[in-house]
Amino acid sequence: MTDATGPIVAADGRPLKVSLNRALRREKLRAFLLILPLLAFVVISFIAPIFDMLFRSVQDDITSRTLPQTVVALNDWDYTGEALPSEQTYEALYYDMFMAAEAKKHTALGSRLNYETTGISSLFRQTGRALDDVGEDVIEAMEDASAAFDDSAFWAGLFLTEDRSAGNNAASTRAWASTVSNQALRLPADVYLSNAAEAALPNAARQYAAFAMFTHTVDEDVPAEEDPWEAVWMALAQDLTAGALTYDGPETADLLAAQTAVAGPMAGFAFTDAFLEQDEDWGDASVWGTIQTFSSPYTAGYFLTAIDLELTPDGAQAVEDDVAIYVTLFWRTMWMSMTITFSCILLGYPIAWLMANLPDRSANLIMILVLLPFWTSLLVRTSAWKVLLQQQGVINDVLVWVGLVGDGSRLALINNATGTIIAMTHILLPFMILPLYSVMKGIPPSYLRAAKSLGATNWTAFWRVYFPQSVPGIGAGSILVFILSIGYYITPEIVGGTKGVFISNRIAYHISSSLNWGLAAALGTILLVVVLALYWAYDRIVGIDNVKLGG
Amino acid sequence: MGLPPYATTGQRIWYYSFRVICGLILFFLIAPIITIIPLSFNAQDFFTFTPEMLRFDPAGYSLKHYQAFFGTEGAPWTGLIVGALIGLAVFAALFYWRGSKNVLPIIVGAALGLVIGKMWGIEGTEWMTPLKNSLKIAPVATLISVSLGTLAAIGLSQAHVPFRRAIMAILISPMIVPLIISAAGMYFFYSRIGLQGTYWGVVLSHAALGVPFVIITVTATLVGFDKSLTRAAANLGANPVTTFFRVQMPLILPGVISGGLFAFITSFDEVVVVLFVGSVGQQTLPWQMFTGLREQISPTILAAATVLISISVVLLVTLELLRRRSERLRGMTPG
Repeated sequence: MTDATGPIVAADGRPLKVSLNRALRREKLRAFLLILPLLAFVVISFIAPIFDMLFRSVQDDITSRTLPQTVVALNDWDYTGEALPSEQTYEALYYDMFMAAEAKKHTALGSRLNYETTGISSLFRQTGRALDDVGEDVIEAMEDASAAFDDSAFWAGLFLTEDRSAGNNAASTRAWASTVSNQALRLPADVYLSNAAEAALPNAARQYAAFAMFTHTVDEDVPAEEDPWEAVWMALAQDLTAGALTYDGPETADLLAAQTAVAGPMAGFAFTDAFLEQDEDWGDASVWGTIQTFSSPYTAGYFLTAIDLELTPDGAQAVEDDVAIYVTLFWRTMWMSMTITFSCILLGYPIAWLMANLPDRSANLIMILVLLPFWTSLLVRTSAWKVLLQQQGVINDVLVWVGLVGDGSRLALINNATGTIIAMTHILLPFMILPLYSVMKGIPPSYLRAAKSLGATNWTAFWRVYFPQSVPGIGAGSILVFILSIGYYITPEIVGGTKGVFISNRIAYHISSSLNWGLAAALGTILLVVVLALYWAYDRIVGIDNVKLGG
Repeated sequence: MGLPPYATTGQRIWYYSFRVICGLILFFLIAPIITIIPLSFNAQDFFTFTPEMLRFDPAGYSLKHYQAFFGTEGAPWTGLIVGALIGLAVFAALFYWRGSKNVLPIIVGAALGLVIGKMWGIEGTEWMTPLKNSLKIAPVATLISVSLGTLAAIGLSQAHVPFRRAIMAILISPMIVPLIISAAGMYFFYSRIGLQGTYWGVVLSHAALGVPFVIITVTATLVGFDKSLTRAAANLGANPVTTFFRVQMPLILPGVISGGLFAFITSFDEVVVVLFVGSVGQQTLPWQMFTGLREQISPTILAAATVLISISVVLLVTLELLRRRSERLRGMTPG
């Protein structure tokens, strides 16, 4: 905005506005540079892990990664409860499973799907062991037809070439095999998949390439010195029965002999039958339904499990009552946290009032008594309660000694909800007292005196005048205690037994014992959302900047 | 608030019963912590007072749980004495050279030497190795969070910071998010990048958890910092680095130290995250206590707890002294 008289200029001749803006920008930049290292540090070491957890709660690519071809083949199949998938699907399953079993990835998928349909884990494990037996008589027929098939170098000579112009690097096989085995596979250097063999025997070439890559990369052996997998033999038998042999090379005679030999056994062979023979569960459409349901790389399944629903081939359904635990657990977490918060208000309010109304010297003494537990290690306080609350512990001893309870009927104070509530009220009480105290400190005592001089009784003066002014302190303390308690893990784990544990304990269980990380992440995400919502409320009521750290 | 002479009987009864109620609540707060101190001297492996203890019979008390805690491996006494003497000598020399009359740092130095002497060469003992691990992790984590945190707090206290609230929310978040969620996320993410089960994985996670405490205490201290002092220093020709170390740092030091103490305690007391992010090689003292409490509870835990209580009392006193000093510097009367 310049006018006829021109802009005001700074000492260096620039317009003042520009100069000021530049100074402001530099100041902003300097402030930002000071913050940047910490911001980057927190983002990498803390925010990224949180997002990783959020991501894991919906990520579920193990099925599509371990059985990629099967998942594609299943696209054309609709779960009706009866009909089984096509022979092509079983064929895809055979090759996927063979690769996965070699890479020892099939059991992980089995365990994953076992969360959804019990029995799949053992089905996958057994099938993985029995895959070598599929098409035994076909393979025997080929071995009988020509001794060349027992020679590892024969296979390598047939499918591999060192001539770059006559071969390719088997990119699609590489992508498939690497996905299934979850590691970067590759052919040995200067070895290519023969174009001629691939054109004439596509299935076998593909399986041999996968075998060669795996042997080279994982086993670190030379493919030409190793016997190929049964899957390669089966693929070759399939190619040979598919039509007239178009391959022309030194191996043609052996291949022709094999073609004649496998015609008989292959005529009566179907992958469907082979799988059903291994385990009749492969004839159970619900197993296939489960595989199809969890074939998408993203799932809402973990979240559904976290609220006691399950994803079935027919859609989301409530699980049976005896396995529905999560909603109960969430409610228990809420209910116990509220009880703890309420106990903290009940016990914290008188202390805060006393501290706010005593002379400074005595108030400081009480403050030290409040801060000492605050500063004492959480483990120390928890172990104190573990020791005190035992059946043979100090509290029961005192009660028996006083005569309140008989020696035979000592109270069960630990390993139940009572234990958790007592111990956590003690642990979180300072978090209630401190905000309450800082609010009460700001209420002028003259208000109470004024109310009384106007004729109010002690109770009315307190209830109508003092209490309403202390409500913000109660709000701040309650939200703080509630937020802290719904995420507690250590204390419930130690004094809670089975009836006094929180959702956190279940999360920890799924991370370290059941290894169902996706479910742990989903439960964690729900808990995080609750805490953030409460925190947002806290920020609206109290403000983040007013967080006090013990005086 | 005394009791006025004209108070009625009802008011008197209420006054005294209120005092009694408050006394009981304070008893509830303190008693569990106080009780385990004498219990840790129990001569038996019990968790309650034996008849001998109640009769104050010396035979009922013993130091055996402390012996189990501190261990008898190696040459503890030599290490202790040599360490204490070296610590004493180094700090005494340092402060003689600096011309300070303050004896506190010398005592701290001797204590540090004592601890290092004790820890020297300890391997594979049940309680000392975890303590050593804690002492290897907490200071490094504290150093990271204090150094980065102080810089960021100074940046945040400038007048014009874009996205101040959002940045603040991110930096405070490790304190808000429940520990079990942080632990889960860090476990997943650190396994991905190969930090899970390593010393640095634990240090980084603890440093992140300590950051909010440093940010909160240092920004609170900076509120009382007179900005014209840095301008005056600049005016007198000091460059920003000199200004920071010679003018600003000495004034905000109490805040920085108390933030550091909070960060140290956070790491030293932390068990959930280390349980997931660490491996056996990083087993810390709280972890060992947690395992002890969950599996077979041995009375040695009480000795460990008593040692930790002493440490927290020392830290509490230090913080209180710092707070008074900071208020004195800001021209307020210590309250």
